[in-house]
Amino acid sequence: MARHPRSRIGRTPSLTQRQAVPIISTMIGSLTPLLPIIATAPVMPPWGLLIMLAWRMLHRNLWPVWMGLPLGLFDDIFSGQPLGSAMMLWTISLLGLDLLDRRMVWRDFIQEWGIAGGLIIAMLLSQLLVSYATGGATNPLFLAPQAILSVLAFPLIARICAAIDDWRLR
Amino acid sequence: MAPPSPRRPGFSRRAQYSLFMGYVAAIVGALAGLLLIVTARFDPTGHAALQSFFTDIFSPVSSVARSVGAGIGSASEEVGAYFDAASKNRDMKRQLDAARRDLITGKNDALENRRLKRFVHLVERLPKGIVTARLVSSTGTSSRRYAILAAGSRDGVVNGQPVRTLDGLIGRIVQVGERSARVLLIIDGGNIVPVRRVPDGVPAIAYGLGDGRIDLRPLAAGTNPFKQGDVFVTSGTGGIYQPGIPVAIGIKHNREGTLARPLADPASFDFAIVEPEFVSPPPSPSVEGSKK
Repeated sequence: MARHPRSRIGRTPSLTQRQAVPIISTMIGSLTPLLPIIATAPVMPPWGLLIMLAWRMLHRNLWPVWMGLPLGLFDDIFSGQPLGSAMMLWTISLLGLDLLDRRMVWRDFIQEWGIAGGLIIAMLLSQLLVSYATGGATNPLFLAPQAILSVLAFPLIARICAAIDDWRLR
Repeated sequence: MAPPSPRRPGFSRRAQYSLFMGYVAAIVGALAGLLLIVTARFDPTGHAALQSFFTDIFSPVSSVARSVGAGIGSASEEVGAYFDAASKNRDMKRQLDAARRDLITGKNDALENRRLKRFVHLVERLPKGIVTARLVSSTGTSSRRYAILAAGSRDGVVNGQPVRTLDGLIGRIVQVGERSARVLLIIDGGNIVPVRRVPDGVPAIAYGLGDGRIDLRPLAAGTNPFKQGDVFVTSGTGGIYQPGIPVAIGIKHNREGTLARPLADPASFDFAIVEPEFVSPPPSPSVEGSKK
């Protein structure tokens, strides 16, 4: 008997679709510094990081812990930070989330938002330290608007990732 | 019950090993990242070469995106201009009068200048700009202020060269790839430009603050002589920047220094001129030396 064309029963999406969609969406987030905007202050949220965290929060077993290395390296190429900084920091944050998963097995969204917000702020500050080590001298207070914007943007990114996820597993 | 997780492999040896190796790879990779940061600190040239290799690959993409963005930006500006045409017209008339008066003074000064230069046999040989290219993007997420220029070593850009627009100084080249270069803007926290005030030449140092403003510190100790509205140009001290490129205009007077706004608005500039690095002339020989 012929199946209905839109039937989802007994059908699984291909492995490529399942694996590539989160990776490519994170990479697109990392590409935002290519946008034709000459920013005079650090205001743009680190979209790549936000998207990576959103995927990680959505499916905690989606990626092995070393996934932060290639994704972070890709982010470093465009972010203007020295190569290796996001590579290191993203991997450390994934390792930290792994440890946290053993303590807090069940989490609601507010808790995930809190965790992600803390990680985002920690990440912005450590990136500032990295830039100090390589010659920058920006006042930490100037990061406040970016930090607030990034934390507030996380739920939006999480919703977008959930919508993409729905399509990904269709 | 918590969902089954590959992070808890149970009794499968294979799953245990692959999980363990995953952690090992992650930690080794994070250490490699740390090592890369250390190279950025202690071997900036090597690190810059690596970085510009990657920037090259992706610069054509953003070059196209930039021209589209510039089109949209100018369109919205034109719509805005339509709405406040009347007040702008009045303003422009007033400005035109002021400009005409300044022009006359300027012409007079130029004449005086030529006469004085002839008098002291001073010949200024300032090299012309060599490369004109588009600024395609910037690092909006990072706390450093870099912009990517769509010209590289193929077009004759060399590391260390100053970059300017017609309005004023933008920054200097810190990384050169084949087809793209990275410009450290003067508003970056790590950039320092020696400047002087325009009419009287009081020297100062311009530090970028990292948020689009510049801090001007007078070299002389004591009270801060700079006021709101003072214009500063590069002094050429120490080389790199040619003397006389407009840099900033004072906006707020503080006790230690004056906050200033860069004269070349980074958000609006599109085409930039890369100039040859300025080498400050050696001190002139003493009178006895020149006689023999």
